[in-house]
Amino acid sequence: MSDAARSIALTVNGEAISVAPGTTVAAAVLTAGAPTRRSITGEPRGPLCGMGICFECRVIIDGVPHQRSCQILCAPGMSVSTEGLLTP
Amino acid sequence: MTDSFDILVVGAGPTGIAAAVSAAAAGKRVGLVDDNPVAGGQIWRSGGELPRDAHRSMASLEASRVVRLQGWRVFDAPHPGVLHAERGDGECAELGYKSLILATGARERFLPFPGWTLPNVMGAGGLDALVRGGVPVANKRVVVAGTGPLLLAVAAHLTHHGARVVAVCEQAPWPRLLRFGAHLLAEPSKLRQGAEYRMAIRGARYRTKCWIAAAHGRDRLESVTLRQGHRQWNVPCDFVGCGFHLVPNVELPALLGCRIDNGCVSVDETMQTSLPGVYCAGEPTGIGGVDLATLEGQIAGLAATGHQDEARRLARRRSGKLGFVRALDQAFALDPHLRALPSADTPVCRCEDVRLVALHGHTNWRDAKLQTRCGMGPCQGRVCGPAAAFLFRWRVESVRPPIFPALVSSLGSACESGAAHPNSAPQGAFPTFAKETL
Repeated sequence: MSDAARSIALTVNGEAISVAPGTTVAAAVLTAGAPTRRSITGEPRGPLCGMGICFECRVIIDGVPHQRSCQILCAPGMSVSTEGLLTP
Repeated sequence: MTDSFDILVVGAGPTGIAAAVSAAAAGKRVGLVDDNPVAGGQIWRSGGELPRDAHRSMASLEASRVVRLQGWRVFDAPHPGVLHAERGDGECAELGYKSLILATGARERFLPFPGWTLPNVMGAGGLDALVRGGVPVANKRVVVAGTGPLLLAVAAHLTHHGARVVAVCEQAPWPRLLRFGAHLLAEPSKLRQGAEYRMAIRGARYRTKCWIAAAHGRDRLESVTLRQGHRQWNVPCDFVGCGFHLVPNVELPALLGCRIDNGCVSVDETMQTSLPGVYCAGEPTGIGGVDLATLEGQIAGLAATGHQDEARRLARRRSGKLGFVRALDQAFALDPHLRALPSADTPVCRCEDVRLVALHGHTNWRDAKLQTRCGMGPCQGRVCGPAAAFLFRWRVESVRPPIFPALVSSLGSACESGAAHPNSAPQGAFPTFAKETL
């Protein structure tokens, strides 16, 4: 199988990226270099626990807010946004 | 959705799988509910090489008649015999049971230090899990810090993925680690594994009685200050994996009313909790590692299906392994100096940005929660609770439903009626997010 066939195309903050199957949304966001959210006082935050308990990695996936990106696998055509959460 | 089981197992890590498989082998209708996308728990997280035990265990689960509810998060126990769970898409489930086996595992203990909230500062197991999830670390400089046997395992795994592990900082002193090593002589496989990990990271310094005093960076991590005794120095790095051993996940057992002793669920020799018909196995009963946890899962599965004799036979093997729990506790007990790590403006509660200075003057956890909102955010104190318990010596307990943020539509009777739920959650639908979304 070619690399292209094994990759999943999605967007992070409008930017097209492709990742290997089995990649979590958190990994895609980290690879894209974006923080996952801003804290309530405006600090940039990224994933902490990697197992779905800290809620630092929440992002907007296909318009649905507060999705824990470390617990969700990337899917073809997925639209991930951290920017809606960037304004405190 | 509504379903009902003879035996319901919560948590599909090694313990839950062992419990479910052994209960299903007894011919009972068994449900296995887990909130991760795939079974295996944290230790057998996919996306990396897994030990033979993991493959064997997964295969036995595949071959069993266990009903698998993967990606469902239990958030409430409205009355005895019933749990409520929610899926990522908002679908809600009412799960009935005659017997319950809690295999909720453990999480890392995090301690606040200046800069610990910067992006790319993660848990040690957290970074490991994210790398398994596809975060590229090849040629990245990584500092692994905190305490516990996990640090070596994580450092070895990251090295395997091409990371440059520049330091491994263990807060425990050498003499205690040597005593722990001596204990491992009775468990040669663990000793061998430790030696293999150490070999794998032979390029990195393994420092003891050493910790991260601060992390620095503007919008993300750029370097850390390490401290060892009176010595302090700066190390540039791209990632930090920092976790201070593990704390049991006892939220669901506590919500059900199981007796909790010293942060662990109390069980009898057949893993039954203080509530008849409710069993608990693995890390929630005491941090003892995967071998002990798997054995406990088997015992619980047997006992819950009425195979008391077999359960007691395995229980004798278990009692011989409990020394390892105590050895772990003693070896990796936290140095009191770590209480001085956070500065006044260091956030302790990351959800609500409650800083250390705001917590001074409060005399207990409940008071601090009510006055400052510490522990009141979406993680519900899972991160800052164990930190506050260490920093202030508070008794951190008080669990109320929902134990995870849930959609308003999932709460109360909506679940029982099996009503369909909208796919997209309206803003503000999460009660605990109100402050952020309004």
